[in-house]
This record gives sequence, structure tokens and C-alpha cells, in this order.
Amino acid sequence: MFLALRELIFARGRFALMGSVVALIAMLMVLLSGLSVGLANDGVSGLQRLPVTSLAFQPHVAKDAVFSRSVVPTDAVATWARQPGVASAAPFGNTLVNARTNRGLEIDLALFGVEPGSFVDPAVASGTRLTGAPGEIVVSATAAKQGIHLGDVVTVEPLGTTLRVVGILASQHTFGHVEVGYVPLRTWQEVHAGIRPGDPVPQHVYDDVTAVAVAARPGAGPDLAAADRATGTSSLTKAQSYGASPGYTAETSTLQMIEAFLYVISALVVGAFFTVLTIQRTQEIAVMRAMGASTRYLLRDSLLQSAALLTASTALGIGLGLAAGAGISATSMPFALESGPVAAAAVLTVVLGMVGAAVAVLRITRVDPLNALGGNR
Amino acid sequence: MTAALALTGVTLLHGDGDDTVTALDDVTLHVEPGQMVAIVGPSGAGKSSLLAVAGALVTPTRGEVRVAGVDLATAGRRERGRIRRDHLGFVFQSGNLIPALTALDQVRLPLTFGGVAEPRDPRTLLDEVGMAHKANRRPHQLSGGERQRVGIARALVTRPQVLLVDEPTAALDRHRSQDVVALLARETHQHGVATVMVTHDHDVLHHCDLVYEMADGRLAAAGAA
Repeated sequence: MFLALRELIFARGRFALMGSVVALIAMLMVLLSGLSVGLANDGVSGLQRLPVTSLAFQPHVAKDAVFSRSVVPTDAVATWARQPGVASAAPFGNTLVNARTNRGLEIDLALFGVEPGSFVDPAVASGTRLTGAPGEIVVSATAAKQGIHLGDVVTVEPLGTTLRVVGILASQHTFGHVEVGYVPLRTWQEVHAGIRPGDPVPQHVYDDVTAVAVAARPGAGPDLAAADRATGTSSLTKAQSYGASPGYTAETSTLQMIEAFLYVISALVVGAFFTVLTIQRTQEIAVMRAMGASTRYLLRDSLLQSAALLTASTALGIGLGLAAGAGISATSMPFALESGPVAAAAVLTVVLGMVGAAVAVLRITRVDPLNALGGNR
Repeated sequence: MTAALALTGVTLLHGDGDDTVTALDDVTLHVEPGQMVAIVGPSGAGKSSLLAVAGALVTPTRGEVRVAGVDLATAGRRERGRIRRDHLGFVFQSGNLIPALTALDQVRLPLTFGGVAEPRDPRTLLDEVGMAHKANRRPHQLSGGERQRVGIARALVTRPQVLLVDEPTAALDRHRSQDVVALLARETHQHGVATVMVTHDHDVLHHCDLVYEMADGRLAAAGAA
């Protein structure tokens, strides 16, 4: 590091310019990561927080439409509960509705129909859990931030079904960028069937749900394919079900592609910089090789210089990204910073930058020490 | 006395077939510790090729090269690097200093390559070559003569047995040329280094113990200076 450090100080303007490019890329990575997590949260946080391991849908329904088109008979729940490796099974309904509160707030809701007391019936941060009484709703914490309060009455439009807010969840629960409201299964079935208040409800309305929510036994989950054959359903693991959320795959794959391109650009920019730098240093490298510096010494020195530059500039970029992200988080933009993706962005920026730098500084091995002598200058 | 540098019957050919160029033709040169030898001759005579062969930078086509008793013919690339580090010192044209390093760091640099058993103290050495007062200056802040003095200190810090000097006065005026070569002669004699200096400058030859002339790759004794 003897020479590397001194060169970093001596050519600080040049290295600062390069470092600022890497820092900006790292900052952009943090912002993209925040946007990615924010969009994922908006798309599937309601599913992520369901205590399920898989969901069993109607077979032969397109994956991207299962949450809206799937119809599973309620008696499939009991069949699923008997499958080996299944700890719990419960009915689960999902439908998207337009609603308005008694305060005049217009809001779209993803109604999750659950059996009160079942393992998918969520605990609340304030108010009470679902009791099973008709017309109850428990809403996401983010819905509360939008202006829904305990005791408010939410009217499903255009049916006119009224739901009283009895509980607020502790965190964000959204599905397809829409706030989640948990309602008793029977209420959900009536809304899903389009039953208006006061209309007679045919018995078959209570026969179907969207899916069977399944929780596997720890360490010994069910054979999903075998269970599907036995129950006449088609299962998706919890993670697979995210892809069935509206727009989720398109959004995440777009952002992942942008991130991948940024990583490649970052590696190429760093590689190009160190290529030019190494070419400019050819004469001094030849001199050092003539003086007996080993290839290992020269490579180590150059790579340490790259690592120092990349680490410092990435740390700066991450810091700037976190600061900018804190500002963005306060807006309505779907944005959430999580340590895992930010750390991954930092590590990838440094590692791929090092790959670019390594390819560039390998030129050192081809510098002939003879260049230090005579007319080769 | 055993020669610190011994070239015996060395021939160096470049190219092949009709394009073969004889850079060195059956050259024999033995330099003992404390002896300063000058090689003069026109451009293209083979002076730089001689330094390249003696400096373990090029393997001769024929003949034997021994540095501090080690036969370079049997040394691989890594071993030749080690020989350059441990036994050889180079003084290049214009100093060939590293732009990012101060004068003191230029002298410290060879010690960071590792393997130096008894290095000389860089500060003392800088003082010895008259550059202690500019220890913190970088190459662009030094004159040509000062850069050469720093280059000489850098070459001597590892206590090399052989010092190879490539046109040290090429970019210097007459007065500074005398200073630099006198310094080389003093270090050679005081520290028992075997020095080979390639030069065009006949005005500095009186500092040398022996002078050889090269022409068409052949080395001939021109006598004592």
C-alpha cells in the first residue's frame, strides 16, 4: 500500500473524479434498492405477513390471475388439514373493492376474508381482532395513516355493504398497491358474491373461497404436488404467490434489470479508469520491475488502491443514498430501505468494481522492465 | 578479486533469418567491487543491450552472465527479479522517478519490495547525495541534476553489489554532469560497488577507472580514463 496510498493523495483530483462516479452509482443503487423494496412492500406485504407456507388455488388458472379468478370449495380446507406435514389449513378469500369512509375518504381495499380465530386471523396493534360478528374490518397500519380510524365505517361501493373498523394492524399490509382490510370470511363471501345489504344470500355463496391457506409443520412440510392431487387444488409456495400479485413481477424484474445494468456499467467504468491509469503508469511500472518489484507486489499495490477507492466512494455513495432515502421515505412514494438489500448493493458495487479493476491492472503483468532503459522512453 | 559482474563471451541476437541483428557480439566484461567502468560508443552500438543483459532484463543468446556469482542463465523470470532486487541497482536516464513520491519516498521505495537484509538509511543516503534539504519535494519540483541524485540514492539504498547506470548525464548541463558522475564515482569507491556506466559524454570519463568502447556490438578496451 506504500505506493498506492501516495498515488491516491498525489492524484487526488483524478481519483476524486472517479470516486464521485462510483459514489453516484452506489447512491443510485441505494435509491433503486429502496424503490424496489418499497414497490415489493406495496405489492405483496399483505402476503408476506400471512403466516402461511403455501396457498392452494383452483387448478388451471393463469398464475397472474389466481387471486382474482381462483375458486376453491371450502371443504378443501378440511382435506388439506389432513395432509401429512400440514400444521394448519384455513380458508382464505381475496377481492379488490372500492370503498369510502364515513369521513369521506375514498380508498381502494384488498379484502382478505379469514375465519376469525384461524391461524391467518391477524393480531392487531390497536382495537380488537375480528370476533366473527358481521360487518367488522381490521385495516393495515398504512391505511390508518391515510385517515381511517378505529370506529370509522367503511362502505363498499357500489354494493353499500358497511364495515366498522375494529382493529388496526401493526405494520403495512398491502396487496397490489392497495391497502388490505381483513374481514370475517362470511362477510367476504357476501361481498365477493355481490350481495347487497338486506338481499337474501343463497347458501352456495358460503361454499367457495379464493384459496386454502396452509401452514406446514416446521422441518417436515407437506408434499405439495401429492396434496394437490388429493385435494384437487394447485399450490403456490408463499414466495411463488408474490408473482401472482398484480404487476409485481413486471415491476421487480424491471428494477432488477436496471440494477443489473448499473452493476455492469459500474464495473466497466472502473475497469476503463484503471486501464487508462495503468497505461499511463507503464513507464513507472517498468522502472519498478527493473528494480526488482515482483508482479505480485505491483498487482497487490494496484488492487489495494482500487479497493480503497471503491470502498471509500461506495461508503460515501451509500451514505448519500441513505440520506436521500430518508427524505424520500417521508413522501408518498413507495420506498423502503432495508439493511439486507443496501448491504448487498454496497458489496456488489465494490466486488464488481474490483473485477473491472482486476482485469485492467492485469496489464501490469505484460509490462516489460526493459522499457525502463535507453531509447524505450 | 572476484568480479561482481562477469560477462563472458556474451552474444545477443534479435530477430531471425535474414532479419537477424547482432546487438552484442562475443562481449566479455568483468567488473570488480569498487571499480567504475564506462562504456562509450555511438547510438545503436549495443550499449543499452549490454546494460539489459547485465541487468538480468534480457537473456543472451550465447555466453555466460554472472552477477554476485549467480549464473543468470539458470535463473527463471522470478529469480531474475530477485537478483535485480537483491544484487543490482539501476540509475536511469533523467532519474526515472515515480511522480507521486517525494525524494525520501523514492529512496524508501525499493525497501518496500521486500527481501533487503541490510538496507542503508534513506535519510542518511539522501544527505550523502546532497538532497536531504529537498527530502519532501516531488520529481516535478526538482532540477534534472537533483532528480539524478535522488535516482542514485534510490539505486544504492539496497546496498547492491552492481550498479548499472544508463546515460546519467543525458539531460544535464556540463556542470551538473560533472557533479553527478563524481557522486557516482565516490559512492562506487567508498561502498565497493561494481559500477557500469553507459554514456555519450566523454567529458565525464576521467571519473571512471576503465573505459570501454562499443561499436557494432563489440566491446573494446579504450584504456584507463
